[in-house]
Amino acid sequence: MLKTSSAAKAVPSRAGLKKSTRENLIAYSFIAPNFIGFCVFTLVPMLFAIALSFCNWDGVHAIEFVGLKNFMDLAKDNTFKTAFINTIVYSVGTVPLTLVCSLGLAMLLNQNVRFRNFFRTVAFFPYVASLVAVAAVWNMIFSPSMGPVNMLLSSMGVENLPRWAAGKETAMITVILFSVWKNMGYYMVIYLAGLQGTNPELEEAAKMDGATRWQIFRHVTLPQLRPTTFFVVIMLTIASFKVYDQMFMITQGGPGNATITLVYDIYNVAFVNTPKYGYASAIAMVLFVLVLVVTLIQFKGSAGNN
Amino acid sequence: MAAQKENMRNSSIKRQNMVTRILIYAILILISALMLIPFVWMISASFKMNKDVFVFPIEWIPSNPRPRNYIDIWTKIPLLTFIKNTAKLTIIVTFLQVLTSSLAAYAFAKLHFKGKNTLFLGYIATIAVPWQAYMVPQFMMMRSWHLNNTHLAIICLQAFSAFGVFLMKQFYEGVPDELCEAARIDGLSEYGIYARIMLPLSLPAISTLVIFTFVNTWNDFLGPLIYLTKNDLKTIQIGLRMFISQYSAEYGLIMAASVIALIPVLIVFLSLQKYFVQGVASSGVKG
Repeated sequence: MLKTSSAAKAVPSRAGLKKSTRENLIAYSFIAPNFIGFCVFTLVPMLFAIALSFCNWDGVHAIEFVGLKNFMDLAKDNTFKTAFINTIVYSVGTVPLTLVCSLGLAMLLNQNVRFRNFFRTVAFFPYVASLVAVAAVWNMIFSPSMGPVNMLLSSMGVENLPRWAAGKETAMITVILFSVWKNMGYYMVIYLAGLQGTNPELEEAAKMDGATRWQIFRHVTLPQLRPTTFFVVIMLTIASFKVYDQMFMITQGGPGNATITLVYDIYNVAFVNTPKYGYASAIAMVLFVLVLVVTLIQFKGSAGNN
Repeated sequence: MAAQKENMRNSSIKRQNMVTRILIYAILILISALMLIPFVWMISASFKMNKDVFVFPIEWIPSNPRPRNYIDIWTKIPLLTFIKNTAKLTIIVTFLQVLTSSLAAYAFAKLHFKGKNTLFLGYIATIAVPWQAYMVPQFMMMRSWHLNNTHLAIICLQAFSAFGVFLMKQFYEGVPDELCEAARIDGLSEYGIYARIMLPLSLPAISTLVIFTFVNTWNDFLGPLIYLTKNDLKTIQIGLRMFISQYSAEYGLIMAASVIALIPVLIVFLSLQKYFVQGVASSGVKG
């Protein structure tokens, strides 16, 4: 507020300026606080990241331009390859599963049920809950040796209890289940909003014609939800490419490198091992291109939808 | 006869509806249980001794509850410092975010000026760039300004997002231009229109932005993890994480600390839930 009032005082003294210049200056004074911060802390580092991906830098010695070397090294880097594949596997696992769960939940809650708001709040809460806290519980509940989930399974006579986060084959599935559980409420809300925009008369008409519930859903509701589904898929895909925190807290990227992701690799290369900032930025460019492709698909798709 | 048949059909439809309804409630209750059980288990474990946490079958209500966990945790780690740090960061970031975003959004939505489209393009161009892709150079930059291990770094990082500008701009565009015109004719300056007309009108959008920023800053992990390595600067998330990795067998204490870390978000979420849901929903519809 301080900024605003001091700027307001400054304006009359410029009254001699041309009207359009004065209008421009007023507008710039509105934009400046955010735009300057945005430029310095977002735009500049972004450009820096692109430049750095073509360089070698350990943060101490001078930056050295190496051309495409970092990218050629990526092709031979097994950790990177694993991280890339894991990120894709995680996407392929979470996106459809979260989509189906959130859509199903939205369909249920879109009906005239009692305690609708209660159910909605409950489904939504894991999304806003602290990841560290929730991951801590999740780790205990799914603890292979003592956790209640495995205790329950063994009391039901299951032998070969799953090792969850500690097992090479099950670690990724554990993280995927966790992500679905944590995020489905968010996408459910988006679907509920999408359902508000559907035409109930069409469903009534289909009911009159004797269509079953499934037929109505499949051939009447779902097509009307196409733009929402498209949006949800894009959002989920982009979020899944950026995944890191879940792995860090549930599996630490392991066992071995079984759940290491692109962002995990960037973090390790830049901050954990001997710092290779240029190389880390090259991995970041791969992540950027992945997200960019999905965003471009979205731009094209939403232009088509309109 | 016909009436009776009709009646029977109706009652069978009714019965079928009844079955469906019961089924719907059953599924809803099951899902709610799946969503809630981890939290209930967390609270239950936070009142237990370490050796009782994993007793099976689960003792949902501890037979000899141990509230001591909630006292011990404050001395075991500097939890109060963590909470103060997080609260300070969250409040400053949220305030700056709302102030700068709403100012910029007003200009983009209601004023005409040279370079408007170019400047806005600057924001749009960054949508596709995930923060994780430029966090490394951003850190190097901040470090060269000696901002690593300061709260200022986290504030700079979070306070100027494009998201806030988009959200507020979308809302302001829905406010009729005539309203601003009328105020201009009445002699109100642009700053006056912003402060006296637009800000009060945009309370719903501001509430949405507040809760989004609050939850994101409160729960942020990777940012503080990279920037804050000194204990007395840490936020509750990385403080909690540090505690978990150091005392991984202190189950009761870990759960007590987790419950404490969840409470502020729970309060903000429950009191501003309506705006949060609206915000999520509108992003979906417009997107």
